[in-house]
Order: sequence, then structure tokens, then C-alpha cells
Amino acid sequence: MPLFRLSPPFLSGTSRVTLHMVQLLLALVPALIALVFFFGAGVLVNITFAIIVALITEALMLKLRDRPLKPFLTDGSALVTAVLFAMAIPPLAPWWLTVVGIVFAIVFAKHLFGGLGYNPFNPAMIAYVLLLLSFPLEMTTWLPATGVADNSLDFLSAFQLIFTGELANGVSVDAFSGATPLDAMKTQIRLSELPSTIANQPLFGVFGGIGWEWINVWFAVGGLFLIYRGVISWHIPVAMISALLIISSITFFLAPESTASPLFHLLSGGTMIGAFFIATDPVTAATTVKGRLVFGAGVGLLTYIIRVWGGYPDGIAFAVILMNMLAPLIDYYTQPKVYGSGLVK
Amino acid sequence: MFTAIIAITLLALTFGLLLGFAAIYFKVEGDPIVEQIDKLLPQTQCGQCSFAGCRPYAEAIANGEVDINRCPPGGEATIEALANLLEVEVKPLDDECGVEAPKTLAVIDEDRCIGCTLCIQACPVDAILGAAKQMHTVFADECTGCELCVEPCPVDCIDMVETKLNPNTWRWPDPSHIDLQTGGQI
Amino acid sequence: MTQALGSFPGGLKLAGQKKRSTQTPIRKMPLSKTLVLPLQQHIGESAVAIVKVGDKVLKGQKIATANGHVSVCLHAPSSGIISAVGDHPIPHPSGLSAPCISIDTDGEDHWVERNMAEDFSDLTAHELRQRIREAGIVGLGGAGFPSFIKLNPGVHHHVETLILNGVECEPYITCDDMLMRERAQGIMDGIEVMQQALHVNNCVIAIEDNKPEAISSMELALASREKLKDTKVVVIPTRYPAGSEKQLIQTITGKQVPTRGLTLDIGIVLHNVGTAYAVGRAIKHGEPLISRIVTVTGKDVKHAGNFETLFGTPIHELLSFCDTKRKAGEPFIQGGPMMGYNLAGDKLPVTKTANCILVGVDDATQAAKPLPCIRCGDCATVCPVSLLPQQLYWHSRSKDLEKTSEYNLFDCIECGCCSYVCPSQIPLVQYFRFAKTETMNQEQERQKSDLARIRHDNRQERQERERIEKEEKQRQRKAALAASKAAKEKKEAEAAESQSESQEKQ
Repeated sequence: MPLFRLSPPFLSGTSRVTLHMVQLLLALVPALIALVFFFGAGVLVNITFAIIVALITEALMLKLRDRPLKPFLTDGSALVTAVLFAMAIPPLAPWWLTVVGIVFAIVFAKHLFGGLGYNPFNPAMIAYVLLLLSFPLEMTTWLPATGVADNSLDFLSAFQLIFTGELANGVSVDAFSGATPLDAMKTQIRLSELPSTIANQPLFGVFGGIGWEWINVWFAVGGLFLIYRGVISWHIPVAMISALLIISSITFFLAPESTASPLFHLLSGGTMIGAFFIATDPVTAATTVKGRLVFGAGVGLLTYIIRVWGGYPDGIAFAVILMNMLAPLIDYYTQPKVYGSGLVK
Repeated sequence: MFTAIIAITLLALTFGLLLGFAAIYFKVEGDPIVEQIDKLLPQTQCGQCSFAGCRPYAEAIANGEVDINRCPPGGEATIEALANLLEVEVKPLDDECGVEAPKTLAVIDEDRCIGCTLCIQACPVDAILGAAKQMHTVFADECTGCELCVEPCPVDCIDMVETKLNPNTWRWPDPSHIDLQTGGQI
Repeated sequence: MTQALGSFPGGLKLAGQKKRSTQTPIRKMPLSKTLVLPLQQHIGESAVAIVKVGDKVLKGQKIATANGHVSVCLHAPSSGIISAVGDHPIPHPSGLSAPCISIDTDGEDHWVERNMAEDFSDLTAHELRQRIREAGIVGLGGAGFPSFIKLNPGVHHHVETLILNGVECEPYITCDDMLMRERAQGIMDGIEVMQQALHVNNCVIAIEDNKPEAISSMELALASREKLKDTKVVVIPTRYPAGSEKQLIQTITGKQVPTRGLTLDIGIVLHNVGTAYAVGRAIKHGEPLISRIVTVTGKDVKHAGNFETLFGTPIHELLSFCDTKRKAGEPFIQGGPMMGYNLAGDKLPVTKTANCILVGVDDATQAAKPLPCIRCGDCATVCPVSLLPQQLYWHSRSKDLEKTSEYNLFDCIECGCCSYVCPSQIPLVQYFRFAKTETMNQEQERQKSDLARIRHDNRQERQERERIEKEEKQRQRKAALAASKAAKEKKEAEAAESQSESQEKQ
């Protein structure tokens, strides 16, 4: 008879940390394909490089902290951080950006707090925010999507561009880059352009930006797969998307000339990846059921506020980090009513 | 520039007043620190800390005269609790005061007892029943295991006996001794 | 058949694993040569032995008497001679020993004179309770609480509903199922007794929907009883832990038992169907509790089934009777896979609370090295008491016992649902059990040290008082001495004066 646990229960379900992480990565595949289709192979280079850096850093930190490599290196959490981070940064971001970001995320945002399960902030988002604040130029240099400009960067060219900063024929990245739809919408609204006029520009597709709307849709599909498999619960995505929808609808209703449509907000930038993959990170989100609804709503609200009135085109990363700060407080005030409590004997 | 100085000074005065008001109006009446320390001590009244009982030791700690690691019956748990209360570092038990040992109870061997009452006078919690020329016996429920009665006995009839573990007093072991990080077995 | 009024949150759908042990009817376990009976097989005070080594006893004879209110008697399961009264290892997770009475059986199974009551309707509720107490009956669902206490509403409470627990929600266990299938009439006897003791007519028999044979058997038996026309069978959905007392009450009535309260506080009394059967045998046939149905099942058991076993039967005899492939000394589980505990010694006896012996759990959890908690919150989702196991875990781990009490640690029923779903495979229930015993221990120590402080202070006061009294006495004595001295001097002076006066006169 196999050696079994010394204390009941002697049965356990099939839920495992590694399995969660693997399913999460699978759910990212459709969106990844869309990203490659619209923005070239740069994102694949970034992902591969980020994974390598992440695993090396994780192994190093585990050795420094005297922890065994076996369960922690293979639990998949560093992998997930790397992949989400690489999908969030611009596809042609230089290689040192990835290194700085990943190392900071793994060392400071994860291991210095105690490793898996102990970090209060989402590591991928901490890294993203660090880079955004320190290297704003490189972090806002986006390629225009396929369909907007001729964009035939294959894997090797992308590789070369990321690691050397130049292409074979000496052409630099400036020749390619442009603003993202969110960026364009924001700056031009501030210049008192009508959103409907802005939306007619070649950068924009049916609902959101070209390419971006599809990517968001596929992120949402992946997210629904995760809910179906029980890896994440529906509370945070639904709360976040509803909050964003509600507030953008209200402002759109009150001032249609100076606000973008709700659908634009839902299908642009990092909304869907934020809703299904980033805000739902179990370690850093709220844990009680009601708390998750509050958390998700907070992320949605803050995202909208930062997008419209803040200084950055997309507010997902900041919103998530701010709500991470509030997660313990939310948990404390949303405790469920225990059986038998509050009843008179 | 003058307006700046005046403005800052006024602000400082205002906030200072507010803080002072809050300090007086919202003051929380708490236990004096000696009471809190005394509550954490095991009340064995044995004197191993070199004080005449737990209360004098508590007072000495409160005055800052002695360290918190002088109580062997309290052991590590008491040192940790005191460190927590007074926000100081946890220290290992002071060796010259004694060692942390399992709880024992005094038992008088009735065949040898001569009824001299010396042990009764020594017991700090009056846990020994008896009178002159009458049999002496220890209330097991009241005995704190301080061992102060063993010395005075002229016929050496008092033994310190370890309490036997039975299914009713058994406790579940601490599962965090499975080191989660190194993955040891329970 | 009527519908349940409510449901409880959380819970799990577990594979029943019941088929293995329900293929054969209940069989009687052959008599063992030696029976070892622990004096404490129930919650409360241990019973006190009233026999000594060498005494001859008959089957059903009282061998230990109840001690205090929360206590029951113990009876000899078969006739024979008392061979030992002393410590013997008992089936307890600690592996420690406790006082036991050992009987060497003579194989004759000679019954003591029994006090039968075919028609017990003329017995008062008090008499019924006394007989049940004398019969040594405890809750046979696994907890072992003296049943006569739960049949006493007392003066402050009024019982509105009696619930019979035939749910048996834990996987593998089927003893109650088989009892309901084969001995439904006996259970009905017990229900009639209980209703009479509690002065209640409204009764519900709760059975899970995975036991269709038991449901029809009980309904058939019910139909033949005139006295039980207000009793009905309620079928509830199969979900673990529906059979837990508090959760079952919530399912049947929609009401919750107040924290730290009793089920009587909301007018409900709950008993296991096995207990009801035992009560019926005790009153109607005068038989004390000397045996129970034990399920022996598991992957490694060849002839799994249910066995009517006398208490004190060594477990290894049960296992070899069922042809179990097990190496000597290998651990097995007493109870179910969710709440049972594992024992290694097979010389251990079957006791009143042993409902199942499980050897070989299908898909058992390996002794996995737990990962850190990833705060996924799945544990809170499945908790039937709506606790936050995650917070309890963090605080138990850091031994912050005040916080664990704040998060309602003592409301935890230790069902194991949270450990089951944890993706990091953390043994959550172990942490909670540890925190509970530590808290109770701390509380005891605190009470002891408070008492010691009071006694010490009293002693100081007494000594102070004695010292003052002594000083006072001394002072008074000195004063008296001084006064008498002064008086004496005065007298001498007066005498001298009068003498000189008379001398002068002359």
C-alpha cells in the first residue's frame, strides 16, 4: 500500500498548482496567435527570452534562499509571470528591457517577499510599471498592426531588432512605430477631436483598434476556458468588465462628444488580458467571494479613471497594483456570515 | 517669504493642538504594564528567576532592571510572549536560572512523612494540606511544580513526578514542522 | 416522501465507493477468544469498573458503571471470565493506552436475565431514559455522545422535530445503509421509544438519494406503524457532508443552530438510525449495547461487507475474516476517508464508535509535500460552515491563537472539504486540530495560573494578617505588662505613704 498522509482527509481532488499554471498558459495560446498575426513574430522572441531569463533568475534566487529547486522551479509560476509580461510589453522592446523587468519581478516582487504565495503585488505588473516609469519611450513604442502599415517582420528580423536595435539594412525602429489606438484616442480627444472622427482613422477597426479588438476577443475566449475549467472564478472578470462597461456607458451617455464608446474601452489595450489573466492572479487578489466582486469592480473603475483623466494611455497595471494594496482590507470587511453566528440562543 | 513662514507656523500650531487634544480626549485606559507582564508569567512562584515570586519579577521587568529570559517554567513560550508585549528581541532562556523541563508535580511519600509542617510553610500557593503531627499531602490540582517544598523536608520524602500523558491530555502535533519550503515529512 | 426545506453552502460531490460493501447482507462476526473493552468509549467521564480479575460474567452483564452525568455503563459482550483490568492500547490517533477490561470468552454466549418491555407505552419518559442510560447507549454515528442526554429536553426547551440521520455521507461507509435495508422494523421500534421520551410526534427520517433500497425499505416499515403516522422520510441530495448534524438540520429545516448552542435551542433533536435501532433493542428486548454493525471495505479487502461485531473484538480478526491483504503493522483507517484516523496496531479492539474499517483507499492522497498557499480561495468556497480556512491556516501556522478564535476556529466541523480542494495540498484540517488543542491547552494553563496567583496572593495576605495579629498581641501584652507594673508601683507607693502616715501619728 502506498505511503499515505498521516492525517485525514485521505482523499484529495485533482486541483494542483502546476495544473492551474499549465491551463493558464494553454488559454493564452489563441491570443498569442492573434498577437503574432497582427504584430509580427517579435512577441514570440520576447516570450522565449523572458522565459529563459525568468527560469534562470528563479533558480538563482532559490539557491540563494536555500530552497529546493524541485517543487518551485516546476510549479509554473515563474513561467506565467514571464509569458504575461512578454505579452504586455511592446513586441519590439529591446532585450535589456525584458531582462530588467523580469529580474525585478522575480527578485523584488516575488522572492524578497517570501516566494510563491507570499507576494502582495502582481510581479508582472510591478515589472511593467517599473519599466513604464523608467523607460517611457521604449515602453510606448508600438508597432502599428498588420492592416495599418506594411509590416513584414519575420522571426529573424525581429530577433535582430530586439537584440541589436537595428535591422539588417540599417533601418531603425522609428520607421515602424506609431501610437496605439488607446494612445491616439486619448491625445486626440484632449485636442478636442470628436471620438467618431477619431474612430474613422485607419488605425481603428470596427470596435477598437485594428488588431487590438481581435486580440482582446481571444483573450476573453481564453479566459472563459479558464472559468469553465475552474482555474479562475467568474467574479473578478465579470465585476471588472461590468464596472468598466457601466462607467464608460454613463460618461458616454452624458458626453458623447468627448468620450470613447464603451465597446472601445472593453476591446482595447489590456482590458481582457487584465480581466481574465492579471487581476485574477490568486495570490494578490482578494479571496472572499464578495471581496472579489469589490476587487474586480475597483480595477475596472480605476482603469477607466486612469485612461481618461490620468497621465497614461492604459491604466490596467496601475489599477491592479492599487487594488492589490487594498486586497487585505477588502478581505477583512467582506467575510461571509459563519453558520450559526448572530443567532440568539 | 514671510507669508510662507507665518502659514507654516500657523499650520504647525493647529495640528499640534489637534494632536494634543486627541492625546487627551481619546486616551485609552489600559492595564499598567506590570499587570500585563504578570499575566504572561506562569505563576509558579518558584523563585528560579531570583525574585521572590512572579509579581516581583514582573515589576523588575517593567522597571527595565532585568531581562525577560529568566523564567524556566514559562519556557520559550513565555519569553516569546513577553518579547511580543514589550517589543524586544526574543532571547534564549538564561542558563543560570534553570532549564526548561516537562511539567512535574510534587508527591509526598506518606510512609516517610513525619508531620513537621516545614513544607507547608514553604509552599507559595498553599497547596499542601496538613498540620503538626498530622499527615501531609499535596493537592495535585493546585501544585505548580515550583519545587520549593523539596529542600525544607528533613526526611526527603517529596518527589517530583512527571505527569503521564493519556489520551485525554494528548495534543495534535504541530504540522508546521513539515517545513513547507524544504518539503519534509510530517 | 417530502422535500427538504433548505441546503448548506459549499460541500463536495465525492465518489461513493459504496457498492463494494453492499453486495452481501449483514453477517455475524464469529466470537473471539478475547474481548478487550476500553472503559471510555464515549464522550464524557470514563466508566468505572465494577468487576475484578477472575470474576465470571454473563453476556450483557454490567461490568462498569457510569461516572457522573455525562457517562454511560459498559457491558460484557459475551459470557466468560475477566482476565485483566488495566491499561491496554486503544484505537486513538495518539496510539496511547487507557484502562480496559479484558474478557476471556467461554464460547457459550450465555445471556444475563433481560428486562424486556414488549409494550413500553406505559413507561414514563424518565424511565425510558434511565433504561437507555443503563444499556450503555451512545451515538453510533461516530461521535459517541451518551444518547439518554439527547433524549431529555429538560424544562427550558420544547422539542418540535426529531430527525433521524440515515444520511451516511462519507464514502465507503455503508453500515447505516444496510441497517435500514434489513432491520427497518427495529429502527421503527427505536423511533417510537424516542418519540415517547421526547413527547414529540413530528419526526423526519433523512436519507441521501444514493440509497434507493434503504429508502423503500424504511417507507415500507413506516407504513405498517400506526404510532408513526406523522413520521416521514425526506430524501436529500447526495453531497458531503450532508450527514453532519448542523448541516443536516440546515438542509431539512432551513434553520441554523446558534453558535455554541444546542440543537435543542431551535427545538430539534437528531439521532443516528443505528442509535435508534440500539434504543429499540434495549427497551423492547432488554438488550444492552454490546455490538454494532461495522463496515469493512477498501481496495485491499477481498470480501468487503458489513458485520455485526461484538465490542472488544480485535480488529485483526475482522480483517482476516474478510480476507484482507495487508502486512502486519501497516496502517489502516478507522472511520471514513475524510474524517477517520489511521491506526497501525491491529491488536486494537472494536469500540462503540468504530463504524468502518478501511484498508486501501482508491486514489489515496500521496504524502505530498505541500506547496505554499496560493490564496486561491477554493477552500472558502467549499466550506459548509462558511468559514475562511485560508485565514485560519495563516493564523494557525503563525500560532496566533487569538486571531484563529476571532475567525471562528471552534465552529470548524473538521469535515476535510478544504483540504480536499487545496491545489497546494496543504493538510488544512491538521492545522485546525492543532490550533484547537493548543487553544484549549492555553486556556487551561491560564486558568491554572490565575488560580495559582489568587492562592499566592491569599497566602501573602494571610501571612501579613498573622504578622499584624502577632504584633498587636505583643503590643497588648507589653501594654498589659507596663500597666500592671505601673499599678504595682502605685500600690507600693501608696503602701509606703500610708505606712509613713501611721508612723507619724504614733
